[in-house]
Amino acid sequence: MAHSIDAAFTALPLRALADAALARARALGAEHADFRLERIRSASWRLRDAKPSGGSDTTDLGYAVRVVHGGSWGFASGVDLTMDGAARVASQAVAMAKLSAQVIKAAGSDERVELADEPVHAEKTWISAYDVNPFEVPDADKAALLADWSSRLLAAEGVAHVDASLLAVHENKFYADTSGTTTTQQRVRVHPQLTAVAVDSTTGEFDSMRTIAPPTGRGWEYLTGTGWDWDAELERIPDFLAEKMRAPSVEAGRYDLVVDPSNLWLTIHESIGHATELDRALGYEAAYAGTSFATFDQLGKLKYGSSIMNVTGDRTAEHGLATIGYDDEGVEAQSWDLVKDGTLTGYQTDRRIAKLTGLGRSNGCAYADSPAHVPVQRMANVSLRPDPGGLSTEDLIGGVERGIYVVGDRSWSIDMQRYNFQFTGQRFFRIENGRLAGQLRDVAYQATTTEFWGSMEKVGGPQTYVLGGAFNCGKAQPGQVASVSHGCPSALFRDVNILNTTQEAGR
Amino acid sequence: MSAIRTKPHEIVERALELSTADGCVVIADEESSANLRWAGNALTTNGVTRGRTLTVIATVDGKEGTASGVVSRSAVTVADLEPLVRAAEAAARGAGPAEDAQPLVTGTPASPDFTDAPAETSSAVFANFAPALGEAFARARAGGRELYGFAHHELVSTYVGTSTGLRLRHDQPNGTLELNAKSPDRTRSAWTGRATRDFKDVDPTALDAELAVRLGWAERKVELPAGRYETLLPPTAVADLLIYQMWSAAARDAVEGRTVFSKPGGGTRIGERLSELPLTLRSDPNAPGLECAPFVIAHSSGDDASVFDNGLPVGATEWISGGELARLTSTRHSAALTGLPLSPTFGNLILDAGGEKSLEEMVAASGHDGPCLLLTCLWYIREVDPATLLLTGLTRDGVYLVENGQVTGEVNNFRFNESPVDLLSRASEAGRTEKTLPREWGDWFTRAAMPALRIPDFNMSSVSKGV
Repeated sequence: MAHSIDAAFTALPLRALADAALARARALGAEHADFRLERIRSASWRLRDAKPSGGSDTTDLGYAVRVVHGGSWGFASGVDLTMDGAARVASQAVAMAKLSAQVIKAAGSDERVELADEPVHAEKTWISAYDVNPFEVPDADKAALLADWSSRLLAAEGVAHVDASLLAVHENKFYADTSGTTTTQQRVRVHPQLTAVAVDSTTGEFDSMRTIAPPTGRGWEYLTGTGWDWDAELERIPDFLAEKMRAPSVEAGRYDLVVDPSNLWLTIHESIGHATELDRALGYEAAYAGTSFATFDQLGKLKYGSSIMNVTGDRTAEHGLATIGYDDEGVEAQSWDLVKDGTLTGYQTDRRIAKLTGLGRSNGCAYADSPAHVPVQRMANVSLRPDPGGLSTEDLIGGVERGIYVVGDRSWSIDMQRYNFQFTGQRFFRIENGRLAGQLRDVAYQATTTEFWGSMEKVGGPQTYVLGGAFNCGKAQPGQVASVSHGCPSALFRDVNILNTTQEAGR
Repeated sequence: MSAIRTKPHEIVERALELSTADGCVVIADEESSANLRWAGNALTTNGVTRGRTLTVIATVDGKEGTASGVVSRSAVTVADLEPLVRAAEAAARGAGPAEDAQPLVTGTPASPDFTDAPAETSSAVFANFAPALGEAFARARAGGRELYGFAHHELVSTYVGTSTGLRLRHDQPNGTLELNAKSPDRTRSAWTGRATRDFKDVDPTALDAELAVRLGWAERKVELPAGRYETLLPPTAVADLLIYQMWSAAARDAVEGRTVFSKPGGGTRIGERLSELPLTLRSDPNAPGLECAPFVIAHSSGDDASVFDNGLPVGATEWISGGELARLTSTRHSAALTGLPLSPTFGNLILDAGGEKSLEEMVAASGHDGPCLLLTCLWYIREVDPATLLLTGLTRDGVYLVENGQVTGEVNNFRFNESPVDLLSRASEAGRTEKTLPREWGDWFTRAAMPALRIPDFNMSSVSKGV
């Protein structure tokens, strides 16, 4: 369905505020200035055992001015939608640049900020692909649907509790810079989620099973049958949960794994997505999120995984959560290789990092999560390519004598250079002689990034491909969150270390 | 269209006047912040921000109960108020009865400064700190170190008004400094952090000197395999683990049988001894240097918060007393549901076991009967199993080997799998309680005071090559 940019947003004095801010920045001697006005509406609806248990509807409206002045960055943000206000914020940004210059001078450094060239994109608009704006659906309809879904699960034997939530975001962004680029964009995304909980009151044991439907860059239609079969998933969950409660505890050791896209997306996010952010690799996130083992000197050399591993950075995927028309530095969306035939061949960059490293043009990975935050280098949709003639998930399982099929994400953790990781999942099925043989409990897989990807023996076909993702990827200081998608097929990994989490807890 | 020129208490009053709902709570948050970020001995980004967020909570009575609607907007002007109030009322009507519905709070005395202008921070907070930071960069450069880090200061003035007559205000300053030093080849890394209210009590040159000592410790590398080791957890690591434990301490969840604090067969573990040490885990809005809001500020309802409780006084609470679990977090609704005492969530956390030793003194008493590990901090902490509250995560920025009371080198990093509840039961010694900045949760929770803990058998599950 074709949409236009929300008229209430375009009715704001976008151009006039930008002109006031950019003119002031120019007058104060800025080499570069950009202006970004955003309106982000984020809402949540939550139900506990089919009853409303809290919700919120928040709209963040404001603007930011970022300058390069005297070779230093300066940033300021404001909410006063007057020309004077915008000019004042521009002055504050220049003042911050001057403060930076003082510190840099005191440190004896001669570092100067320069930006990679980008063609001018004048008066561009871009709107994400969705049918129904979730904010145009009555709240009562949302609550009713979530209550219906919760009730279906609660009616099943063995389900003691159900938590339901729906997150929805409508994001409008206007950008203008001193080079002449002007973009106006609109994005919509939703994330419905249900969790069923079983409790054995006698033994005190409990466990849960969550939907594996991913968050998506779609609208309300995602909840009514487009892009996901909710009826089918909700029907299966109680049985899965009941089986999990009865399942035997896994024997720790080494197993072959068939990893479903509902789990593998998160492993990609942590071990490839973050590891190929060039700002991290260069040290600009070192004190917080960390650096990367995939250092810049290894570009074109590092054996990241097996030769069937091909990973792209992509800002253009339809319904992707990190899909845009133009980033927050006015760079047009692109798609490129990060890992090709198992070798590191690319990074995610912004304009400053691209210039600093001589990579030429930024690939459009600058993003700020609010008008009060500076754009930082953020993840594109980072996805593992399926094998065009690849196997189905069933056939991948069929090739395993003794292994585990991993479905759905749960806990995740990786070290600050993206070597050592540990993941759990929603359900783990034992594979015996090529067939599923019931669930296992207490499973976690732990590996080192290049060993894990090096152990990938088969990549599933396009029929197994799913675009997973998250709303809440954290990075930078002050902390920012971004939503990002990761597409992947099912894949087969050989000889992976499996932990028993009960034993890890010392029990 | 100025958003800032109208006084926040006037905005609150006007929104309450516009309300046609059965009940209304209005929260105005006036926010200002300033930050500096640096990498490789050079500033990378910086910023100052100023904003206002207005949250309107409308409550609507119906035959089946009371519904609530919560709508927040930033950059609110007087002209925006009526649509905002109406949106909250519409949200309440569309939501259906709220399970946590309670009468809005009454009787909390008005704050004397409710009509005063909001407090504000700016880049001026760094007037002395920024030059000192530049000096620290120069010293680090001369000493062969690279400094990375972040300084952040914010002030939030919160005004709460309700249709039941509450007029409350709280100013919350919040400052953090994180300083990370690395060797130029990045094979050695050390970290320290501070929480501060005004940046007058932090000296980056002194902290850089502290980190230089730690980088010196790291010049001798010792490889150790995964295993269980006697380990000294510094206050920042203890804070990160216990903050997560408190996030998992909702009374209702425990009674429903779905947390580590659930008792097999029903009920909760309240009254159960969690530690042989005389540990007290508490929160106190008046704790010196850790002051936080003395009343509930809830922008939305959830498992451990209720918008209906806005304005409810929050007093000092002991969560663990003398080593026994004493309280779980609750709202008025969940307290009534579970029969447990009302214990709202909190803005600070203090662990005290009466220990008097500094971390240095604990180091001096360690490593005489075998190696002992001294951690710097923990990172990427995530829940593996809610039944045991098993958490995983990694050591970071320095694991040091203590032998015969001395630090003798740096050990590789590890992934751990541990439950804070189990750690409390196994802790054999607690040091002196001191203010600390939680490393991982410092983005959200900064007001903590913790002792170092000695754990005889900390589970280092695998080796991490990360530095």
